[in-house]
Amino acid sequence: MRLTCPLCGTRDRREFYYSGTEDYLNRPAEGAPIEAWDDMLHLRTNPAGVTKDLWYHETGCGSWLLVTRNTVTHAVLATELVAARKGGAA
Amino acid sequence: MRIAGKGLIDRTKPVSFTFDGKRYSGFAGDTLASALMANGLRLVGRSFKYHRPRGILTAGPEEPNAMVEVLDGASQSPNTRATVQEIYDGLAAQSQNRWPSLRYDLLSVNDLAAPFLSAGFYYKTFMWPRAFWEGLYEPLIRRAAGLGRLKPQNETATYEKAFAFCDLLVIGSGPAGLMAALTAARAGADVILAEQDSVMGGRLLSDGGTLGMPWVDATLAELRALPNVRLMARTTVVGAYDQGTYAALERVGLHLPAAPHLPRESFWRIVAGQAILATGALERPIAFDNNDRPGIMLASAALTYLNRFGVVPGQKVTLFANNDHARQAVRQLMAAGVQVAVILDSRADASTVEECPVYLNAAVTDTQGRHGLTEISGTHAGGAFKIATDCLLMSGGWNPLVNMACHQNARPIWREDIAAFVPHPGMVPGLTAAGAANGAFSTHAALREGADAAIAALTDLGRTATAPDLPQAEDAPYRLQPLWAVPGKGRAWLDFANDVTVKDVKLAAQEGYTSVEHMKRYTTQGMAPDQGKNSNVSALAVLADATGRGIAETGTTTFRAPFTPVSIGAMGAGGQGAGFAPQRYMTSDQASRDRGAPMIEAGLWYRPSYFPKPGETTWRQSCDREVLMVRSAVGVADVSTLGKIDIQGPDAAQFLDFVYTNTFSTLPVGRVRYGLMLREDGFVLDDGTTARLGDTHYLMTTTTAAAGQVMRHLDFVHQAYCPKWQVRFISVTESWAQFAVAGPMAKMLLNALLDQRIDDFPFMTYGEVSVEGVKARLFRISFSGEEGYEIAVPTVYGEALFRDLLAKAETLGGCAYGMEALNVMRIEKGFITHAEIHGRITAFDIGMAKMVASKKDCIGKAASQRPGLMGPDREQLVGLRPITQTEIGAGAHLFNPGDKAERVNDQGYVTSVCWSPVLESYLGLAFLKDGRARHGQRVRLVDHMRKTDVLCEVTDPVFLDPEGAKLRA
Repeated sequence: MRLTCPLCGTRDRREFYYSGTEDYLNRPAEGAPIEAWDDMLHLRTNPAGVTKDLWYHETGCGSWLLVTRNTVTHAVLATELVAARKGGAA
Repeated sequence: MRIAGKGLIDRTKPVSFTFDGKRYSGFAGDTLASALMANGLRLVGRSFKYHRPRGILTAGPEEPNAMVEVLDGASQSPNTRATVQEIYDGLAAQSQNRWPSLRYDLLSVNDLAAPFLSAGFYYKTFMWPRAFWEGLYEPLIRRAAGLGRLKPQNETATYEKAFAFCDLLVIGSGPAGLMAALTAARAGADVILAEQDSVMGGRLLSDGGTLGMPWVDATLAELRALPNVRLMARTTVVGAYDQGTYAALERVGLHLPAAPHLPRESFWRIVAGQAILATGALERPIAFDNNDRPGIMLASAALTYLNRFGVVPGQKVTLFANNDHARQAVRQLMAAGVQVAVILDSRADASTVEECPVYLNAAVTDTQGRHGLTEISGTHAGGAFKIATDCLLMSGGWNPLVNMACHQNARPIWREDIAAFVPHPGMVPGLTAAGAANGAFSTHAALREGADAAIAALTDLGRTATAPDLPQAEDAPYRLQPLWAVPGKGRAWLDFANDVTVKDVKLAAQEGYTSVEHMKRYTTQGMAPDQGKNSNVSALAVLADATGRGIAETGTTTFRAPFTPVSIGAMGAGGQGAGFAPQRYMTSDQASRDRGAPMIEAGLWYRPSYFPKPGETTWRQSCDREVLMVRSAVGVADVSTLGKIDIQGPDAAQFLDFVYTNTFSTLPVGRVRYGLMLREDGFVLDDGTTARLGDTHYLMTTTTAAAGQVMRHLDFVHQAYCPKWQVRFISVTESWAQFAVAGPMAKMLLNALLDQRIDDFPFMTYGEVSVEGVKARLFRISFSGEEGYEIAVPTVYGEALFRDLLAKAETLGGCAYGMEALNVMRIEKGFITHAEIHGRITAFDIGMAKMVASKKDCIGKAASQRPGLMGPDREQLVGLRPITQTEIGAGAHLFNPGDKAERVNDQGYVTSVCWSPVLESYLGLAFLKDGRARHGQRVRLVDHMRKTDVLCEVTDPVFLDPEGAKLRA
């Protein structure tokens, strides 16, 4: 498996650390109800198809990537920098 | 038997080898199989279950019978296919699965017991009584299982792994593969042509057709001359993976005598833009009674032995076939002067125009010959026959080698006209089948499909290519009438390697195992080293017949990688011994080893366990002495393995406030603060000290174990939650060598070494100092409870500083101390490590709930306040002291005195223990339910593994100097 790091180019998956779902990007605001934290921390969809998850270019540039891929075909559809994503954090 | 004028072997180069201890001779270019055949050997192995005498069936990697053990240097490679193994001077091979010898094998008694060993034998026999499972049945099955043997010692041979990238990977170098490679190479694409055989050319090397070696040689010469082509012989592509990644195994040294630096095999990962599957087809046997005797082989194999190796498999040959193609073998054998007794064609309307008798509507119904074929009997249009023959060739048609196309779980489709499964486009993205692998069996069709596939592949890559002129080649139609099994009363083999017969498959169907996957597991059909390459299609045809379904409906079992067996040694190349993981050494490493310190692994780091002095015979003696010397004088320890992260920027303070539970924005410049870090789910991630070096500059330390994890976490928090904050950080762990100097004489030692005295340097202070002109960082922090400092210098000065510190310490009555002493002192002080913060621990559990600042948000804060993460039900950090001095162990569980030591009564567990030479007591750190309220009470410490049961007093986790007077001295 290879991922295309927006900074480093196409790299072998051994350079990356797999973290998990993109849900971790949606951190509830301080004082949010416990249900919101439960959603973010624990509740997962398990799609047969397109999914988005987080990968860390650990032995590369240290970027966190948001990877869009298909769990059925294993196709990697897109990669973008977490820090530069649209609608990202302040 | 060798014949003159044929073969690609080099008759000027004789090669000497042994088989079962006996010396034989062959020629360079021979496989073990061809050389044994040239020497007249027919019996080469024993079958798996019945120990039936077996000979050579095929001439390729699919061989189910002729598997041997090769003794190569210190290695013994079992299940080596004699049809693949090339001979070299000194090759030593032996037959396997027989005792005491190949000819007289005691377990051949299994053959007589065959009626009891039918499908599902294991499931039916080894069920009752239950008491026999472990004592009797398992050893019995284990002894009988398996074919070849490994040597029990570690593998010492070398293996390699390698990576390659190309535009087009062509798998197989027959007519389709060569034409595909040529087409793509001429168009300028980067091409890899991989061939499992030692010589390229595929069937063109052995079919004796009109398009022979001149074209192969010319094509290879052109390819070899092109810089964009890589020819990889002896390289079997074994698996098709995602994104055009292919695994391949290259035999680098297996055809040569073992040499110290010659790898046996190399495991390749090839990444290809496009790939062409030109793996050809395998001829399939026909099942008839006793079709497994030595001397019965595939017609195409005989053709290969004749044309490739100049060997004929018998003196009086017969052929049993259901197709036209197989006639080539007997025609060419006759042309080479071999007597062909008869051609038995199962079809009623086949041609009879041959220079030997041809029986139509014929079937072989039985064979004779204990260690080799002597006679066949059968029926034909004119009645019954018995014919003396020492070699029966059989051909039931051809199966395209679709395996690789199915590696991503797609299924091949059944083509009725050729009675075979073929791939269809898109089974593996970017992989296209061509030639016989695609069901196009004539040489002309293979050449054309190879060229077409290459053009299509290059078009997909955005390149253009034109088809070379196709050479003249045979284009005969493929005519056959399906014949899978001849009806009979005896045993007719389908899977030779695993001894599965037609009866077994029918029995499976009869007993309800009608799904092809169930039948496979019930009968073990296709589960031998050849993975059913010779037998799966025939077996499912028999199953289809037995269940009254069509073959297409019955379907195939799953084709999985690897295509042929791969040594674990090759896949794990470089990973043996020291190559298993990177090794990280501190600058003091050599100095520590010089002093005899045993080094222990801490993550990837190696750290000294203790520093033995003359006369000390146990680790405890050294450890106790080191602790006492630190507590009474001074000790030096290398703490460079702790993670160091340099954090800078106008928003650095705000960032630290966000990742730590406590506040760092209020930390004055030049001060150090202990910090606690949580995961977002509220559990403790790590702890450590962070110093403020300047207004916008911090230096964070992490534990050794969690350094990488913390870096990852900081990167995530920054990039995901506050990417616009002006803060940057980088790991400087390896840039600085850092040493703890601890003990009442620590300051004295430093003042003797530093360029300026440090008389006023309070606890939790940071300052810049210099040592012999070298700028150094000094931190007044302590993990031992003593007056402690940590001094950091650029790594290059680390070793020199360590030696200087140690020399000075020793003049003061101090010493170097290792991990054992460090651990004792931190337990005495109740300081936690990852033995305590093991991922299920909250700030509350370790008594640090108040460190989660209420006035600001931080990672993990919200979740740490969830119900259940605080309160008396939580197991809380406590100290333990045995009431009477008895050794205690970490991992032991705690129970209330009077309760049975059972899971339901569990009150907690011990995380760290030590012997404290200062307090002269065993000490433990533990997590105990509602522990902080139970100081002074007693608990039972029960270690079910070490069989100890010790009554302990619950204490505060800080055993020594709870006020910190020494620390702040």
